[in-house]
Amino acid sequence: MSTNAHFPARFPIPVEPGFPARSGPRSVSIAPPTPVDSQISKVALSEICLSYRTQSGERLLALDHINLQVKTGEFLCVVGPSGCGKSTLLLLIAGLHQQTSGQILVDGKPVQGPGTDRIMIFQEHGLFPWLTVSQNVEFGMKMKGISKAEREEKTRYYLRLVHLAKFKDSYIHQLSGGMRQRVAIARALATEPDVLLMDEPFAALDAQTRDLLHDELERIWSETGRTIIFVTHNVREAARLGDRVVLLTFRPGRVKSEFPIDLPRPRHLEDPVVARTAREILDELRDEINRSLEAEYQDGVKPHIVPEVEP
Amino acid sequence: MKPGIKRVARFAIFYAALFGLWTLLAELKIWPPYLFPTPWGVGESLYAGFQDHTYWIAIRVSMERVLIGYGISVVLGMILGLGVASNKFLEETMGGLLVSLQSLPSICWWPLALLWFGLNQNAILFVVVMGSLLSVTLAMEDGRKQMPKIFGMAGRNLGAKGFKLFWYVMLPASLPFIVSGLKQGWAFAWRSLITAEMLYLSLGLGQVLMMGRDLNDMSAVIAVMILIIALGYIVDGVVFKGMERHLQNKWGLTTAT
Repeated sequence: MSTNAHFPARFPIPVEPGFPARSGPRSVSIAPPTPVDSQISKVALSEICLSYRTQSGERLLALDHINLQVKTGEFLCVVGPSGCGKSTLLLLIAGLHQQTSGQILVDGKPVQGPGTDRIMIFQEHGLFPWLTVSQNVEFGMKMKGISKAEREEKTRYYLRLVHLAKFKDSYIHQLSGGMRQRVAIARALATEPDVLLMDEPFAALDAQTRDLLHDELERIWSETGRTIIFVTHNVREAARLGDRVVLLTFRPGRVKSEFPIDLPRPRHLEDPVVARTAREILDELRDEINRSLEAEYQDGVKPHIVPEVEP
Repeated sequence: MKPGIKRVARFAIFYAALFGLWTLLAELKIWPPYLFPTPWGVGESLYAGFQDHTYWIAIRVSMERVLIGYGISVVLGMILGLGVASNKFLEETMGGLLVSLQSLPSICWWPLALLWFGLNQNAILFVVVMGSLLSVTLAMEDGRKQMPKIFGMAGRNLGAKGFKLFWYVMLPASLPFIVSGLKQGWAFAWRSLITAEMLYLSLGLGQVLMMGRDLNDMSAVIAVMILIIALGYIVDGVVFKGMERHLQNKWGLTTAT
């Protein structure tokens, strides 16, 4: 099997009885990401503004003229302090929220509402507790009206991809946090989206589980060739995963700077180069974090912490 | 002793004592038997009632009515509740009206139903629907609001919209939050039905109950009361308890009840 040829297999793929390992999950025809004219970005945000009215009636600018181009197959990380609107940005791309002005193009076509070419993975996973693991993975395909046989085949394929084939009949509450996120990844991939929108998907997990999921995500990304926009507040995670890291400012969110990351893959969180890159990003981010802290300490206290790179 | 056996023992002792007290009071003949029947008298009435099919027919007719009426309530109530929960205008206008209407005993709709539908089945159904519709509506509204927003977002993101979004996401997602309301709706439907049947001669359990009174047959009255309690309890204890347990197993939490 070629799935783990480039990466050390942390999890051996469980072989199910009656499912020949040799032909393996590869026997399923998996749609490749939609080919696009290389002149057009996969996702292009131009002059995105978002403002909303607070309860006291004042207008708050959350996103301020965001311009961003994402290439096909790129792994883009968006980093910023809490409250910079980075999660909202994903909702806009997903079509679950409407920007105040500006335009979002996917494959050159403006986004009008949700579409299964862009699937979100939420921090709180958003899996359906009333469905089993495989029913969750099937859900998007069922909505699309794909036949039962094909659904079952693809569900099996994607559950094996995230090493959860054995748990297909479990309910969500029976799984650990890391397993839930892997189901969420399988569910998202099963609709064969071109773009994965990941909203701090690993933030609520413990460090070891997060390490493993970084490896898995990197492997899945390189195998499936999807475009990923990954939002996080963790700069090391961003440096570990991204081809490029975009830094947003604190309220209103603007693009502050961009860091192309040309480190070889597979990477590891402990790699000194990853840590060094993370530090560079953090140096840029520090002002924004301090501004966000100041906003939280309203009584004139200025908590000027200079954070070290997260352990 | 195991806790299970202990529970059964407590249960048995309680009902044996109740039965003994009843027998004692009846045997002391403080009141005449046509006012205070013996347990065997009631038992004989039950047997006779089932023997000549009166009770079977009454149970079938009543169950049919309550199922139709409750079914209408559930469908209408869910649509109404969702509408009120997701539309600010409806919430502000109809929300208050619904709450105030709930203070009206359902049998107050009876005169209106008689004039609208005449003395027939539809009038009874109307009262049953009015009895349970509001609690289902309010439960659905509440459930829709309590339901975590992420389910709706995830569902829309995965391509569900319109009826599919409602059927495959909103409804199952809100079920743990509305099951207690559905249960309450059932209890109201059952009560409304029996009340309406007592006011109108029409085969159901309510009518059989009134017949016992008309014939001065206290044993029959008690027998039918026991039937009404038992049926209500079976639906509540079997159907709704089963539903709650099923939800708990799936969601891995105690439901909102």
